[in-house]
Amino acid sequence: MSNAAVTAATTSSAADEGKSALARLGEAFVGRLVIIIPYLWLVFFFLIPFVIVFKISLSQTAIAIPPYTPVLGFGDGLSGLLNQLKQLSIDNYTWLTQDALYVNAYVTSVIVAAISTVLTLLVGYPIAYGMARAPATLRPTLLMLVILPFWTSFLIRVYAWIGILKPEGLLNQLLLATGVINQPLIILNTYTAIFIGIVYSYLPFMVLPLYSALEKMDYSLIEAAKDLGCPPTSAFWKITFPLSLPGVIAGCLLVFIPAVGEFVIPDLLGGSQTLMIGKTLWNEFFANRDWPVSSAVAVILLLLLIVPIMLFQRAQARAQEQDK
Amino acid sequence: MNPTWSRFNITSIVLGFAFLYLPIVLLVVFSFNESKLVTVWGGFSTKWYVSLFHNQGLMDATWVTARVAVISATVATVLGTLAALTLTRYTRFKGRMLFSGMVFAPLVMPEVITGLSLLLLFVAVGLDRGFLTVTLAHITLTMCFVAVVVQSRLMTFDRSLEEAAMDLGAPPVKTFFQITLPVIMPAIVSGWMLAFTLSLDDLVIASFTSGPGATTLPMKIYSQVRLGVTPEINAACTILIAVVAVGVIIASLANKRREVQRQRDEQAAQRG
Repeated sequence: MSNAAVTAATTSSAADEGKSALARLGEAFVGRLVIIIPYLWLVFFFLIPFVIVFKISLSQTAIAIPPYTPVLGFGDGLSGLLNQLKQLSIDNYTWLTQDALYVNAYVTSVIVAAISTVLTLLVGYPIAYGMARAPATLRPTLLMLVILPFWTSFLIRVYAWIGILKPEGLLNQLLLATGVINQPLIILNTYTAIFIGIVYSYLPFMVLPLYSALEKMDYSLIEAAKDLGCPPTSAFWKITFPLSLPGVIAGCLLVFIPAVGEFVIPDLLGGSQTLMIGKTLWNEFFANRDWPVSSAVAVILLLLLIVPIMLFQRAQARAQEQDK
Repeated sequence: MNPTWSRFNITSIVLGFAFLYLPIVLLVVFSFNESKLVTVWGGFSTKWYVSLFHNQGLMDATWVTARVAVISATVATVLGTLAALTLTRYTRFKGRMLFSGMVFAPLVMPEVITGLSLLLLFVAVGLDRGFLTVTLAHITLTMCFVAVVVQSRLMTFDRSLEEAAMDLGAPPVKTFFQITLPVIMPAIVSGWMLAFTLSLDDLVIASFTSGPGATTLPMKIYSQVRLGVTPEINAACTILIAVVAVGVIIASLANKRREVQRQRDEQAAQRG
């Protein structure tokens, strides 16, 4: 069929004219579908859910299925709906601001995420820098080695650290055996363990954008600076670092935003002594079964993250422009 | 090329990779531990693997997870590829900003928010929580990752190939299936694999959207970890790591072979 169609299209252009109006309409329709299908999917499964979260955050907890009231619907006609709308209130939000637990959880989460992001940058930068300067033949392998842990389960990688950080764990065994310490260090179930967990889990997200920024850099700039008598440290701060800034920004946002709402790491490594908002939301939902309050927690978390998320979008869009 | 690959560079790479890999290696090593204590070596044994296969709950969860991952990765690959085409080929249409926002936001959105919002959607439309809802949730999350992977391949795509095909009279749809699709296929395959492993891994979104009878493997592992660390979980994790590692190695070998084949073809073409 394929060859026949091509020959038909190229040889008889007159006959083609008549057919192509309909064909073109078909093509246009297919072209629309390419946009419409993923668009509708995301509107239905990503955008509308947020609207529902917002609505439920204004509802009250109830012992019912679903466990909140009012359940908006047209069951009782328009007047019924209006009546239900009147029952919505911002009580859950006042509750969140009055209870120190929630305020603390938000503040702690942002601080923990910020510190972890800086630590990840400090650990990731030398690795990305070393990779960018590696012989070109070695680079694909190094890149593969950075990506590979990303393919293995997040949960497993966090779980692996429990055995290492426990009081009777491998790290303490090593340090006690070598005589560095006399008493086991208490790391598990502290914020230190959360920092280690976040740096470890999110390191590839930091290294990859840094590497792609550093790899593009023109090293003759550094040589020129050296020839002109600039010491290596100031050459780094004046040339290398500013040029890698897009990578630094992308990497930091990729770590910071998910880290604020992180659940698995604070839950498994942080224990009950640490407070983070992702864990608070989880407990509110699964332990207390309070859907309206957990929705309100989610809405405020989203508001906190909306600026970083928009910065991330803009950075992505700019990177796209440059690639073109 | 770069004579300045200094000792500092090499040290930081070696330390960095040790940091990345040591915990995983230790986890695998201790899955073969005879002792019940995860951190004390008691001799080599494979008994935890045996007991793993007799753990019916874990086996059921594995089966559920595998089905969810295959179905959601496949649907997500189709949707994600369409989204990538939309992002690169249709630069001007109403709501493009919103669309690119909806593609990129799920990549960084904290999972607790995505999970909660999807659950509330399923409750609102009256869908029973279970296999279907987890699959729908995973499609939504992973299609965005597929879109990013495929999009980056489409950016570097040489469009003159498509133009040549169309000049020769091939209609756009046919051009897509005969020219574009084969060229971006490696990206689509790695998108599928990424979607598959993301679905295999996910704990948070699955916990929110799953219901009775559809417990996934990460949910099962998580509930066991909460009760205490056992070598049996190490064994389960080792098998998961092995499955993913084999998949990645096969894919990269296939990629390499395709690359070698392409180079040979090009050389043959040049020789005429």
